Amino acid sequence: MNKQANIAEIFLKTAPGDNSTAAYDVEKIRSDFPILSREVYGKPLVYLDNGASAQKPRQVIDAMKDVFESYYSNVHRGVHWTSQRSTEAFEVGRKKVSQFLNAFSENEIIFTRGATESINLVAHSWGRLNLKAGDEVIISHMEHHANIVPWQMLRQEIGIDLKVVPIDDDGNFMFDDYEKLLSPRTKLVSVTHVSNALGTVVPVKAVIERAHALGALVLLDGCQAVQHTAVDVQALDVDFYVFSGHKLYGPTGIGVLWGREDILNSMSPYQTGGEMIASVTFEKTTFKNAPHRFEAGTPAIAEAIGLGAAIDYVQAIGLDNIAAHEHGMLQYATERLLNVEGLKIFGTAKEKAAIISFNLDGVHPHDLGTFVDRAGVAVRVGHHCAQPVMERYGVAATARASFGLYNTRGEVDALVDALDETRKFFS
Amino acid sequence: MFDELRDLYQEVILDHGKSPRNFRRIEDATCLAHGNNPVCGDTLVIYLTLNGDEDIQDVTFQGQGCAISVASASMMTEILKGKTVTEAKRLFEGFHDMCTKDDFDISQLSDFDEDALERLVMLSGVKEFPIRVKCATLAWHTMQAAISGEQVTSTE
Repeated sequence: MNKQANIAEIFLKTAPGDNSTAAYDVEKIRSDFPILSREVYGKPLVYLDNGASAQKPRQVIDAMKDVFESYYSNVHRGVHWTSQRSTEAFEVGRKKVSQFLNAFSENEIIFTRGATESINLVAHSWGRLNLKAGDEVIISHMEHHANIVPWQMLRQEIGIDLKVVPIDDDGNFMFDDYEKLLSPRTKLVSVTHVSNALGTVVPVKAVIERAHALGALVLLDGCQAVQHTAVDVQALDVDFYVFSGHKLYGPTGIGVLWGREDILNSMSPYQTGGEMIASVTFEKTTFKNAPHRFEAGTPAIAEAIGLGAAIDYVQAIGLDNIAAHEHGMLQYATERLLNVEGLKIFGTAKEKAAIISFNLDGVHPHDLGTFVDRAGVAVRVGHHCAQPVMERYGVAATARASFGLYNTRGEVDALVDALDETRKFFS
Repeated sequence: MFDELRDLYQEVILDHGKSPRNFRRIEDATCLAHGNNPVCGDTLVIYLTLNGDEDIQDVTFQGQGCAISVASASMMTEILKGKTVTEAKRLFEGFHDMCTKDDFDISQLSDFDEDALERLVMLSGVKEFPIRVKCATLAWHTMQAAISGEQVTSTE
């Protein structure tokens, strides 16, 4: 069944106020997340801050608990049973990530602390080796600070030029302008797959095609994409892909840099120390190939195993099913929010993930956040580490509701009720 | 739904938040400072006209922020007008402690007018919302920076 038909079918089966279907049992999914049954201030927790970090299912919690209770040890360096068992489980985590992204090889999966470190690694190890003064790196106006600042540091250090693809009033990536910015001096295009502040889905396939036509590489920031849509790095034909584990229902402290093996093995190490060397004498050190070249020191062992469990979890539900569910949530939430008096949505791109940034007339986002919190509703308020986006819309901050695989229409209703009450309080 | 929030978001705070007093720039200010809270994007400028080194003849502000930070800045300008720099520093310290410490003893400020203290106590309700303490104290931090000769301050 194609995706559109799948979405249509789910809509047909969905009763108002309840988004469970035969294919997608949201109540069963919710029962996997222990935190979702708790109350805050005597109200059921309504967690709509998934864009910042997602909650963890029992399967991830148990997998990590099992590491420490049953077989924990350091990896890749012990002859004893626990070390072998830990190494095996850690490498299975890598294998799961590899399959999740449809990488060519597990060697292309580098574990980092998160997407921020992944991008910094590329800037440091690929950028310093391959970029010179006058070379251009293209980013977009809706990047997270983590995909702006590392390139500014290179600009300061090497003298590269940083070009920014604008967005239109709806938050669409302005493709024509992107094409105009591309030049033979463009060496890297580093853009978000899905905007964390606006929800915009960037037409990455076309972005990559155009960049490759001029010989530039492409890095995609998949932090807000991997939990909403199936990602296939081979089909995308991308060069680097990064994401964080904790937004994919996995633990914090673990992230991924995927890169083409030949590119990775041509790059210089990021940090140096144990685990990443082939041999060390006081005269000369030779480095291992990827992934170990970029994994100096003891890695986040239980976290890599937890990330593997998170991947198993979302794949068991099915990324297409999750995408369909979240698309339904986005539509429902957008309609309901637009009916709140004085509410304005920022980011109305044609292709959007289930992220809604908004402001309420006469109520500062920070006050709004404090008020809906008292109704048990968790939303993010602030600039979302994307100040250029805020500046584009002439606001200092927005409120943001971001939905995950366990959210329900009832929770959207709770947000809308809280917003109505907040508006009355301030009017 | 929001009964417990009424202790902080009282009418007078909402009023100052919506219609801030002394919301203007002083062209020939004796000193001024920019304050910003990078977490939420609140930003303001405090302007002071001093008579000699000590007397605060005029104090105003401009900027944008949440109801708490705007109300706090607005009330601060009303409280500080006519006070001395030494008094302003004492009030800032007292207010800061009020917002962050459980055992604050208000009697140490008993020489100040009751109206000023009443307003500070009201704003110190942010103590129950730790993440919002910076909203209430931003204007005061910025005023302190201005009279100490710093041009920029940040609550981070």
